[in-house]
Amino acid sequence: MQYEEILHRCFRCGYCKLPENYVDFNCPPYLSFRFETYSPGGRMWLIRALLDNKLAPTGRLQEILFSCVACANCVTHCTFPKFKDQLLLAFTAAKEQLVNGGKVPPAVRDCLTRIYQHGNPYGHARKKRDAWTDGLKVEPYSDQEYLFFVGDVGSYDTRGQEIARSVAGLLQKLGVSFGILGADEISDGNEAGAMGEAELFKYLAEENIKTFESRGVEKIITLSPHGYNAFKNDYPGFGGNYSVLHYSQVLAPLVKKAAFAPDQPPLRVTYHDSCYLGRHNMEYGAPRTVLTALPGVELVEMQRCFQNALCCGGGGGNVFTDIIGSGRQTSAGVRVGEAAASGAGVLAVACPQCAVMFADAVKVQNLEGRLAVKEISEIVNERLIKQEVN
Amino acid sequence: MKEILQALVEIVGTEFVSDQPEERYLYSMDPGTMPAREPDFVVMPDSTEQVRQVLLLANQHKIPVVPLGAGLVLSGLSRALKGGIILDMKRMNRIIEVNEMSRYALVEAGASQGMLQAYLKKHHPRLKHSAPDAPPAATIAGNVCIHGSGHISHAHGFHSDMLNGLEVVLPTGEVTRLGSCATSDYWFSRAPLPDLAGLFLGWAGTTGVITKLAIKLYPNYRFNDVGVFVCEDARLMPDILYRMSETQMAEDLTAWMTPKPDWARGFLHSNINYGANTKEELIWKRNLIRASVSEYIDRKIAGFIPMPAAMKQPFLEVPARQLSRFADVRKGGGFEYVGVIMPVDLFAEAYELGLEIASRLSVSYSLGARIIGINHCMMFFYAYAFNRADPADVQRAQRALEATNRAAVDMGGIPWKAEAPAQKEIIRKMDPNMFALMNRIRAVLDPAGIMNPGNWEID
Repeated sequence: MQYEEILHRCFRCGYCKLPENYVDFNCPPYLSFRFETYSPGGRMWLIRALLDNKLAPTGRLQEILFSCVACANCVTHCTFPKFKDQLLLAFTAAKEQLVNGGKVPPAVRDCLTRIYQHGNPYGHARKKRDAWTDGLKVEPYSDQEYLFFVGDVGSYDTRGQEIARSVAGLLQKLGVSFGILGADEISDGNEAGAMGEAELFKYLAEENIKTFESRGVEKIITLSPHGYNAFKNDYPGFGGNYSVLHYSQVLAPLVKKAAFAPDQPPLRVTYHDSCYLGRHNMEYGAPRTVLTALPGVELVEMQRCFQNALCCGGGGGNVFTDIIGSGRQTSAGVRVGEAAASGAGVLAVACPQCAVMFADAVKVQNLEGRLAVKEISEIVNERLIKQEVN
Repeated sequence: MKEILQALVEIVGTEFVSDQPEERYLYSMDPGTMPAREPDFVVMPDSTEQVRQVLLLANQHKIPVVPLGAGLVLSGLSRALKGGIILDMKRMNRIIEVNEMSRYALVEAGASQGMLQAYLKKHHPRLKHSAPDAPPAATIAGNVCIHGSGHISHAHGFHSDMLNGLEVVLPTGEVTRLGSCATSDYWFSRAPLPDLAGLFLGWAGTTGVITKLAIKLYPNYRFNDVGVFVCEDARLMPDILYRMSETQMAEDLTAWMTPKPDWARGFLHSNINYGANTKEELIWKRNLIRASVSEYIDRKIAGFIPMPAAMKQPFLEVPARQLSRFADVRKGGGFEYVGVIMPVDLFAEAYELGLEIASRLSVSYSLGARIIGINHCMMFFYAYAFNRADPADVQRAQRALEATNRAAVDMGGIPWKAEAPAQKEIIRKMDPNMFALMNRIRAVLDPAGIMNPGNWEID
C-alpha cells in the first residue's frame, strides 16, 4: 500500500483530533463515534494492523475507514512535520486497498456504482444535469470566457440546484461570460478519489478532460470547492491544465463594484470555511471579501474558523453515503450550534455540500427560525439593486 | 459474554459499547513498550450514574474494570492486564464550573487539558491551570491521579497537590464525594476534613473510578519569559537549581540534557519560566533570577544563552508540541520514559545513570528533570525512543526502561506512574507494612478485586 511506511510513525499523541486552540474535538468521525478507532491516530494503527493481518477487513473496519471525511484537520494539526502531509494520502490509499479487494460498505459500493453507471452519485439521468437552470437563460459552453462547472450536488440535489441558480444568476448580473456543459458534464471525481476509487477517478478525469479539450475550455469556474480541488490539484496529473477558480474568487473583486439597494437591514453573518476551499487550498479570503463588501452585513467569526474550522461532515463521499450520520453527535450538528452561539442569524457557506449538510442539521438541532443557512451569492442577490449589471 | 454485552448496552447505549476486534485491538496498548493485553469490552459512559451501573455489573460478575483517560500514560497502566472492561471516560468531558474568586475549576473526569485551557482563555482569561507536558488531549483526571506535574509545578507542586476534591464511584457502586464538596456546595479544598482523596491518587486505578474533580487555578500572567541557563558539570546542578528556586520567581524550572541537536550535546540546560503582569515586574524577576546564579556567571563556568524571541517561543508554548516529536527520532512513532521522583541532591548521579544506560544499551535518549516545588523534589526523566516497527528496537528500549527503573529505585528514587514490572521493583523496596496496608485498603474498597487487576501486585 502506498504510504504504508508512515503508519507506524504515528505516536497517537492526538493533536490531529483537535483544532489549534484545543477547544473541542475537530475530527468529525471521532466527534461522532468517540471510540479511539475513529480518530486519525487510531486509523493509522488499524491500517497497519490490517496490512499485518492482525485485523480482517470487517464491516466495522470498513465503516471506520470510510467515515473519514477527508477534511484534513489531521494534516493541518499533526505535530510531526516529516510525514503529516501524507496522512490523508495514507487513509485514501487504505480505502483504495479495500475498494480493490471489494471490501467496502454497501453505501460506498452503491455510490461508486452509480457514479460509474450514471456519471453522478445520485444515479440520475445525465440529460437532467441542467435541470437546475430552470428559469434561467444559461448558454451551453461555446466561446464564452469561462466554463461554469456545476458538479453533482449543484446539478441534482434540490438545495444544490437552488445554489447553482443563485450563483449563475449572480454571475450573469455581474457580467461574467460563461457557459455550461449540461448533459455533457459528469462528476468531477473528487469524491470517488477520496473514497479510494482511483481508477474511477482517473476515468472521470480523463472523460472530463476530453470534453474540455473538445470544447476548447481554458478557464473554469466551479460551484463546488470539491470540484475546484480536483481540477486545480489532480487534473494536471492527467494532462488537464486549466485556469481554475472557485466562484467566490470570481465574485470577490466584482461584488465591490456592484450597486446595492439602500437602507439594508443589518445582518449578522458567520462564515463556515469549506474544507476543500480552506484547509485543502488555503482560500479563506475570497468568501469573506464578498460578505464584508455587503452593506449592512456584519461578519462574525465562530470559535473554530479558517484552518481550525470544524468540517460539515459531508466530505469523503459522506454526503452521499451518510456513514458518519449514524453517530450520535454529528459535526454538522455541532457546527450549526457553534454558528448560533456566535450570535449570527445567518450561517454563510460557499459549498453546496456544506449547505446540504447544515440544512438538515439546523432542523435536527431545532435551530430553525434562529439560524438560516445561506450560500454567499444568495446573500448578495438579496441586497443587489434589481437588474444590476456591471 | 453476550449477556454482559447486552447489559452494558442497556447502561450506555449500543453506540458506546464495543466488543469488536477493532476496538479490542486498539485499546489493548498505549504508545509505550508494554505488550498488548486485549479487553473484552470497551465502554464509554456519559454520566456518574452510568459508571455506577457498570461497576455494579462488573462487581456482580467479577469482571475487571480499567478506567482510561486519553491513554497517554505510556507505561501501559490502562491496559486490561486480565481482560474485562476498558472504561473510556472521554465522553464525560464537561467543564461544570469555574469559580473565579476562589480560583478553582470543577470538571468531569474525561475533560482534557486542552479543553480547560481553551475554556479559561475564553471565559476566565485571568486564570490558568497547570498543564502537563503531555499533549492537550490528555485528561485532567488522568494526570492528577498519577501525581502528574506541569508548567507551574515549580511554584505549586504536583497536580495532586492542586486537587480540591473528588467524586468517585467505588468498586462496589457507591458514589462518594471527597474534600469540601462532601459537606458543601463549594469545591474549595481538601482541608479540613480527613483527606481520603489519597485513596485514589497514585493507585493506578485500582481503588475506584474518578468521575468529577476540582482543581486549583492560578493567575495567568500577561507577560511570560524564559531563560535557559547552561553548564557542563552535572555536580553543579543541585546548587544552581537551589539558588534559582530560592528566588521563588519561577513557575516552572526544568532541566534538559540531550545529544541532539549537536550543539546541545554535553551541556546541562536549565529552563526557568516566569511571568508577570507588567514588563517592569518581569524585568525585576529576571534580574533576581540572574543575580541568584551570578557567582557561576562571574566565574565563567555557566551562563544564560542569549535568545531572540523566536527561539524562546517553543519553550513558552503550553504544552510544548516539540516534545511529542521525540517519538520520531527513530522514525518509528515510539518513546517511553521512566520519570523518577527523587531528591534534587541526586541530580548528578541520576544524570550519569542515564548516560551509562543509553551507552550500554545503545538507545536513543533524552534526559531531563522538572523541579517540583522549590527544590522539594524532582521528576527526573529518562526518555528512550524506539521504532515500533522493529521488535528488536522496542526490546532495546524495554531493557533500558527496566534497567533504569531498577537502578532508580536502588538510588533512592521512585518511578512515577510505574509500569506493572516497575511497580514490583518499588514494592521490593517498600516498607512491607505499607504494602500490607495498601492490600487491606483495597480488600475493603474492592472486595471482588475488579479494579485494574495486575497493578500494585506481587506475583
